[in-house]
Amino acid sequence: MNRMKQRLLLNNLMKHSFLFLTLIALAVLVILIVQVFTQGIGWLDWNFLTSKLSLNPDRAGILGVIVGTILLMVVVGPVTMLLGICTAIYLEEYAKKGRVHSFIQTNISNLAGVPSVIFGLLGLTVFSRMFNLGSSIVAGGLTMSLLVLPIVVVASQEAIRAVPQFLREASYGMGATKWQTIRRIVLPASLPGILTGMILSLSRAIGETAPLVVLGIPVLIMPVPDSLMDDFTALPIQIYYWTLDAVLTAEYANLAAATIIVLLIVLFIMNSAAIFIRNKFQKRY
Amino acid sequence: MANNNLGVKEQIQQNLQKRNKRLMEKAVPLLLFTAAFISVLTTIGIVLTLVFDTFQFFRKVPFWEFFTSTDLSPLGKDPSFGILPLINGTIISSLIAMCVAIPIGLTSAIYLSEYATDRVRKLVKPMMEVLAGIPTIVYGFFAYSFVTPILTYIIPDLGAKNVLSPGIVMGIMIIPLVASLSEDAMSSVPNSMREGALALGATRFEVTLKVIIPAAISGIIASFVLAVSRAIGETMIVTIASGSSKNFTFDITESMQTMTAYIVEFTSGDAGSGTVGYYSLYAVGFTLFFFTLIMNLIAQYISRKFREAY
Repeated sequence: MNRMKQRLLLNNLMKHSFLFLTLIALAVLVILIVQVFTQGIGWLDWNFLTSKLSLNPDRAGILGVIVGTILLMVVVGPVTMLLGICTAIYLEEYAKKGRVHSFIQTNISNLAGVPSVIFGLLGLTVFSRMFNLGSSIVAGGLTMSLLVLPIVVVASQEAIRAVPQFLREASYGMGATKWQTIRRIVLPASLPGILTGMILSLSRAIGETAPLVVLGIPVLIMPVPDSLMDDFTALPIQIYYWTLDAVLTAEYANLAAATIIVLLIVLFIMNSAAIFIRNKFQKRY
Repeated sequence: MANNNLGVKEQIQQNLQKRNKRLMEKAVPLLLFTAAFISVLTTIGIVLTLVFDTFQFFRKVPFWEFFTSTDLSPLGKDPSFGILPLINGTIISSLIAMCVAIPIGLTSAIYLSEYATDRVRKLVKPMMEVLAGIPTIVYGFFAYSFVTPILTYIIPDLGAKNVLSPGIVMGIMIIPLVASLSEDAMSSVPNSMREGALALGATRFEVTLKVIIPAAISGIIASFVLAVSRAIGETMIVTIASGSSKNFTFDITESMQTMTAYIVEFTSGDAGSGTVGYYSLYAVGFTLFFFTLIMNLIAQYISRKFREAY
């Protein structure tokens, strides 16, 4: 009987230590958010959001940074969506299960594991140098599109796969061709899933720093960009430079924290939207 | 003829429409394939750019020197390119990260899959997802401006830039990856095995240790390998918090540079195109790519080869 007690005690002990370790991870999350907010919230006001960058921390604002991020998404969004959905449709509906299919599929899952900094090197060589796009929004956007492409492809594939076969067969039965079936039946039915994947990939792109830094975005005070060929800066890059420069001017750390708050709020809104779409529009067959 | 009651004009129109339709049916798969092929082109592009410029690099720096020299000073008067300090920094920061991520990630997975009630699971899992969704630059800021100062209380002679703090934070960043992949592996162990062991009188802990973990071990190990690959490829945390010292040292309180941080430092610096320093970027990038690719392939191999099918 004594042994039984021991075993139960051990079980209980382990249960609580497992819970404790799990809570550590979540505690760090809370600490991180609290720390960033306490440091940055005092600097976050309307002026900060609507003024231009400046060397003077009291006057610096992130208008140009926000515009840069939005324009970057204007490039990343359509390009990723087009490539991602087309790839997913091809893999799910057209490609025969065989060598080509598994080759592309393996290739995509390997791409998802390539470090983002390597994508930066690709963008630097191909888009910046070869196509002569420099460190413009287009170069950054295309690089970022390739980086987040696997996310959209995988999410879209899952969404397309979840469309039940009988819908397709009903459509064929009515005399529709394959493409008509895809366009009018499969895509509308899988749209919520695809949109969710799309938003998640954009939220990854908004927070990704390394590829843009590798493209060589200058550290200067950037003016507000007004075309897609302009040089630009985006939220994560600005956080990066302000964190680095905090060694020289301590207030820059607070500016970085304030920018992080903006970034986290944007991400929170995007992820909430994704969850909302998933819960609201996803049909179960 | 089915359409006798139509005029000639309408018939021509209909024929054209049919032809358009047939054309679409042929053209669409081609267009879609082209899009799908872009992902293949991306891989080819990555390999080609890396291989080509790495080759340029090795025409100027001997292969042997690059992989055995512990001396790295790309911008010095007499520049030398040994990658060992970078590999050392990468391995040490990843090791620290693993010391944090593996115990906490695995125990979280065990707790979520074996102990937690549905309500707790519904609360904890989304929080893990939030943890996974925070951009790495934010973690970098956190490591540099919060974790390092706190660690200084415990280790007084810790440098403002050191490899310990980004290592720990990187580990925290990777916890959700380990937890969710391991949990997937453990939850896919069929309930009958769990119940069978419980019915024999085993406690939950014994079931976990002797039944669930052995059955899910391939998935768990694959998650560890993927975690290592993530740590090796992680850039911003180490760039910000670990600094750019290129010393070959094993002292974790000192600044070290990883391969990723080297690439960032060098591209945002003033390495002109065509210099040896510029090409060294690609040689380092290639080594990094090689490391992570091997890790990912091993993870895929393990989870495919040793999967216990039920």
